[in-house]
Amino acid sequence: MYRACEGVGKLQATVTQVQPGERAAARLGTGQGAVAIALKGVSKVFGSGADAFKAVDDVSVDIRQNEFFTLLGPSGCGKTTLLRLIAGFEHPTSGEIRLKGKDISPLPPFDRPVNTVFQSYALFPHMTVAQNIAFGLEMLRRPKSEVQETVDRMLKLVRMEQLANRRTSQISGGQQQRVALARALAPQPEVLLLDEPLSALDYKLRKEMQIELKRLQSETGITFIFVTHDQEEALTMSDRIAVMSEGNILQIGSPREIYDHPAQRFVADFIGESNFLKAEVVRPLDPGAEIRLPSGATLTAGVPEGMRPAGSVTVVVRPEHARVVADPAAGALRGRLTNIVYFGTDTHYHVELPQDGEFIVRMQNQRGSEASFETGDEVGIEIGDGAPQVLKD
Amino acid sequence: MAAQDTSPAPEEVAAPTMAPHGTDYAAIAMRRERRNNLALVSPALLILVVGASGPLVVMLIYSFLAAGDYGGVVWEFSTQGWFQVFLQRDMFDDTIGFADAHLSIFWRSLSLAFITTVLCVIFGFPTAYFIATRPPEQRSLWLFLVTIPFWTNLLIRTYAIMEVIRNEGLVNTALMKAGLISQPIQMLYTDFAIMLGMTYVYLPLMVLPLYASMEKLDFRLVEASYDLYASRMNTLRRIILPLVKPGLIAGSILVFVPCLGAYVTPRVLGGGKRLMLGNLIELQFGQGRNWPLGAALSITLLLIVMVALLIYVRNASRQGGAHG
Repeated sequence: MYRACEGVGKLQATVTQVQPGERAAARLGTGQGAVAIALKGVSKVFGSGADAFKAVDDVSVDIRQNEFFTLLGPSGCGKTTLLRLIAGFEHPTSGEIRLKGKDISPLPPFDRPVNTVFQSYALFPHMTVAQNIAFGLEMLRRPKSEVQETVDRMLKLVRMEQLANRRTSQISGGQQQRVALARALAPQPEVLLLDEPLSALDYKLRKEMQIELKRLQSETGITFIFVTHDQEEALTMSDRIAVMSEGNILQIGSPREIYDHPAQRFVADFIGESNFLKAEVVRPLDPGAEIRLPSGATLTAGVPEGMRPAGSVTVVVRPEHARVVADPAAGALRGRLTNIVYFGTDTHYHVELPQDGEFIVRMQNQRGSEASFETGDEVGIEIGDGAPQVLKD
Repeated sequence: MAAQDTSPAPEEVAAPTMAPHGTDYAAIAMRRERRNNLALVSPALLILVVGASGPLVVMLIYSFLAAGDYGGVVWEFSTQGWFQVFLQRDMFDDTIGFADAHLSIFWRSLSLAFITTVLCVIFGFPTAYFIATRPPEQRSLWLFLVTIPFWTNLLIRTYAIMEVIRNEGLVNTALMKAGLISQPIQMLYTDFAIMLGMTYVYLPLMVLPLYASMEKLDFRLVEASYDLYASRMNTLRRIILPLVKPGLIAGSILVFVPCLGAYVTPRVLGGGKRLMLGNLIELQFGQGRNWPLGAALSITLLLIVMVALLIYVRNASRQGGAHG
C-alpha cells in the first residue's frame, strides 16, 4: 500500500515539477529500500596482452529496489558494457554481480530475471506486436491464459491495443520503442535494463517517452537501470545517477547532488555548464570550507564528501549561481564583458577575467528588468556564499 | 526518366491545340524501351529456346516413339516407353505388373536425395553459422575454403572419396591397424558411399545460400531472445530458423534437385550396382538401347523435380506473404 502511494507521488512529481532539484527534494527519503543489484569490484577486460582493453574497471555499486538508476557518461565510458554484464551478455573478468543477494555472474542471460530494452529495440521481425510481447512469457512456460492476460495488460500499459496484430515493421519508431518496453516488462523482471532506448527518437517523442518511462516505472515498481549519454535525460528522470568515465564510476548521487556538488572536474564539465576557478583554502568549515579567490575575495564553498581540502584547489561555479553587477568593485570577481547571448528565458554574459580566462554568467530574463550592459563594459561578478564547489582534482 | 517527363510539357503549354498533331514523346520512349529490353534478353532467350527447350521437345517426341533395334528410335507412334517407366509385362504369362526395378530406383533416388539434403543441412547449418559469426574480414577466407572443392573436377573428388572408403582405403586400414576391426567394412558400392559422396559434393551449395541469409541476420535478435528466457534450442527454433528460412529453402533446392539426377557419384561410388535415376536413364540410351524409355524416364525426373519445386515455392511464398 505504502509503495503504491509512493509511486503516485513520484508520478505527480514527474508531471508537475520541472526543476530537477525540487524533485529530488520532494523524493527525499525514498529509494532507501533493499538492494536489488549489487556490483562488487566488477572488471571487464576485452582482448588480451597488448590489445587488452579495460572497459569496466573495478566498479562497485548498490542499486536499490524500485530505483530509477542512471549510468551516465560519454560513449566508450563502459556504461553499456556494465549493462551487458548485468544482463549476462558479457561475463565479468573479475568481481561479482549479486541480484537480491544471490551471485548471478556465472548465469547465462536466459537464467537471469533481468530484461533489456535494446537501443535498436531488437524486435522480432517475423512476429506481430502481441507475439513479441508474449515471447518471454512463453519461454517461461506460463499458462496460455496468463500469457494472453499479461499481453493484453502490457498492450494497454503502453497504449498499443489497436496495433496488437501488426508486424513490427509496420509501426513507427516510437511505437516500436513502446513494444520493446512492453516486451521487456511482460515477464515482470526484477530489474529492467534500458540501453539508450530514446536515442533513436526525435526530440518531441523523446520528451513524451521520458514521462512515459517514469510513469511505467512507478506503475510497475520495477528497478530501472538506464544508460544514457544525455545529461538532461539523466537529470530529469533519475532517482540516482552514476557518472562514468573510462570504465570507472566517478560519482554517484541524486541529480541535485551531482549537479550542485560535483566532486570532480570531469563530472562538473560533463553535466551542465561550468566555470572553473583557481582558489586557496583559507580554513575548513563544517560543512565546506572558506576559500580565497585570486581576486582576493573570500567565500564559503562546498566540499566533496570525505575530502580534507588544503592549499590550492580548483572550484566550479555554475553560470546561474553568479550575477553580473555594474560596479566592478562590488563583486567577488571583475572582468570585461566580451559577449552577451540572448536565449529567450535567460541571457548568457561572457566575462573575460584577468586571471582565469572566460567566466559565463547566466541570468534569467525578467519583465521590466532589461539589463543595461554592453559588450566592453567593466563589470563585477557576484558569487553567492556556498555557490562554489571544491573539486577533488 | 526526367527528360521523358518534362519534354512534352513545354509543347503542351506553348500550343495546347497542337497536341493531336504533336509528337507523343512518351509513346516513342516506351516503344524504344521495349525494343531495348528485347535486345537485352534475346541472347538468354536464344540459349533457353535452342539449348534447353529444343532438346526437351525432342525428348518429349522420342518418348512417344518406338525403340530401334540398335538404339535410336523408329518413327512410329508408341506408348511403350511410357508404359515401361512404371509397368512391365511378364516374360512368360504376359501379365502386367509394376516395374519393381524401376520403382526401387525411383525410391532410392528420392530417398538418397532427401537424406543428402538433410545431411547437408545438418553439416551446412553450423558451418554457415560459424562463418556468419566471424569478423567480416575473416568471412571471405572461410567462404573461399568452403568452395575450394568446387574448383576441383567432380570425377577427381569422387575418386578421392573412393580412395578413403574402399576396403584397402584410409579408413579401413587405420581401423584394422588400430585393431578395432579384423575384416574391412564394406563401405564402397553401398548407398552410404553414394550419400557420403553427394553430401561432400553438394555441401557448398547448401552453405552459400544459408550463409547469405545468416549474414543478414541481426544477431542482436539472438541476444534479445536469450534475454527473454529462451534457451539456445528455443532461440534456434523460434528466432534463427524462421529468419534464415529463405536460405534454407534455396539451399535445399540447390542440393535436392541435382542429387535426384546425380550420375557420376552413384556411378563411381555405387559401382554400377546401386543405380540412381541418372544411371538408369544413361543405361537406356547406352546398353539398354531403349531410347523412348530413356526419354520418358528423363521427363518423369523433370516432372518430379518440378512438383518438388512447386511445393517448395508454394511453402516459401506462403511464409513470405505472412512475413510481409
